[in-house]
Amino acid sequence: MKNDNIKLFRDGKRVDGRATDDLRPIKIEAGVLHRADGSCYLEWGGNKIMVAVYGPREAIPRHTQNHLRAIVNARYNMAAFSVEDRKRPGPDRRSREISKVISEALEKILLLEKFPRASIDVNIEVLNAEAGTRCAGLTAAGVALADAGIPMKDIPVACAAGKIEGQLVLDLGKEEDNYGDADLPVAISPRTGEILLLQMDGHLTFDEFEKALDMAIKGCNKVSELQKAAIIQKYKVELEVE
Amino acid sequence: MTQEKREIVIPSQFLGDTQQSKAGRGTFVEQGKIYSEILGILNKKSDFINVVPIKGRYDPIEGDFVIGVVEEAMASSWLVDINAPYPALLHVSEVPWDVEFGETDRYLNHGDSVMAKVATVDIERKVNITLKDRNLYKINGGLIITVEPSKVPRIIGKKGSMITLLKKYTRCRIFVGQNGRIWIDGDDDNVAKVLHTIKKIESESLSFGLTNRIENLLKNETQDVQ
Repeated sequence: MKNDNIKLFRDGKRVDGRATDDLRPIKIEAGVLHRADGSCYLEWGGNKIMVAVYGPREAIPRHTQNHLRAIVNARYNMAAFSVEDRKRPGPDRRSREISKVISEALEKILLLEKFPRASIDVNIEVLNAEAGTRCAGLTAAGVALADAGIPMKDIPVACAAGKIEGQLVLDLGKEEDNYGDADLPVAISPRTGEILLLQMDGHLTFDEFEKALDMAIKGCNKVSELQKAAIIQKYKVELEVE
Repeated sequence: MTQEKREIVIPSQFLGDTQQSKAGRGTFVEQGKIYSEILGILNKKSDFINVVPIKGRYDPIEGDFVIGVVEEAMASSWLVDINAPYPALLHVSEVPWDVEFGETDRYLNHGDSVMAKVATVDIERKVNITLKDRNLYKINGGLIITVEPSKVPRIIGKKGSMITLLKKYTRCRIFVGQNGRIWIDGDDDNVAKVLHTIKKIESESLSFGLTNRIENLLKNETQDVQ
């Protein structure tokens, strides 16, 4: 993946002018869809993501039901127009993997025992992709689930760290992801610090890994504040009508 | 009710210690600390900390009156959608009619609406409903609208004050199901008035002194007509 023609650092700053531990600009809006039980629209740098949550409702087909707890169906999908070339529509190996890891991350924080035999469906649509969509998708899913009024122990949040040109950086951008050395997406439960998702692409030494993980967790905590602010913002308005 | 400002809480928000207060509805306890599990409004009653949900599905409770829509007629029962996570079962023995085996669809069919009472909810959350109570029957005519189940108590009001107001000023027949479905029957102008008022109640459900304001609104509107 090394490419000597592209320089990812200029005068100590990254291609888009950020310092090593800066996040891209994030905008979160809760409750944007009327049909869904809960929804969220999120912009994270160039990523644009819409999440709709349905449920809890009876799980169909019936054999997928678990009579002790609810099941979580997260579906990650990239729109055909979300990338530079056309993305072939439909689930592929990559999006199925992401759907699975996001479902498993959400299972850890939702109180599923309250809804035996039900399913909670989380639809994550990537409208515009620019590195770090699984983190952005999971972050938006957290807000949408809270907006749907589904009982949960925590609002999950995700953020990536990585290595470019031998330096550890937070929240990789598109060029950094394509030409960098490693990418480490991390999802945590911000209240307890539990790790919900951890993947790694590329190579890091053990020391680098520990540092990158710390960095990503710090990033997660920053994003978590934005999530909470977005949810309160949406419902504060109702209180102020007086 | 306290006149303090209502506070919004979000899941995982810290609410108090188990030593000082008790964890009520909408909360969970971890290592002696109480946290909110849902998005809602904080409500402290004596030493209980409760969170009243703002949004979410209807959670069926035994004895609730609900409005259901029949999904399917089976050999000796019906499946009824009551806006809960699961469809409810209405058995032929729970209806006031004498139904022959296999002739359920002559009485209630897909798309019909009924006023019903939640009879039982078991540990697996299987819900049974019944029509054997006073004033429960199949709905003919009128209009059914859906509101957030969490707003139903506001539409009914304290001891039914709000709903009595609505009925008095609009001369409509109204039935409010606990599952957020409302049946309205009356002439067109009055039904429109009810719809408009319910929308207002829903959007201002969190404010204080709502019943009085709605009464003024309805009074003014009635005068306009005359």
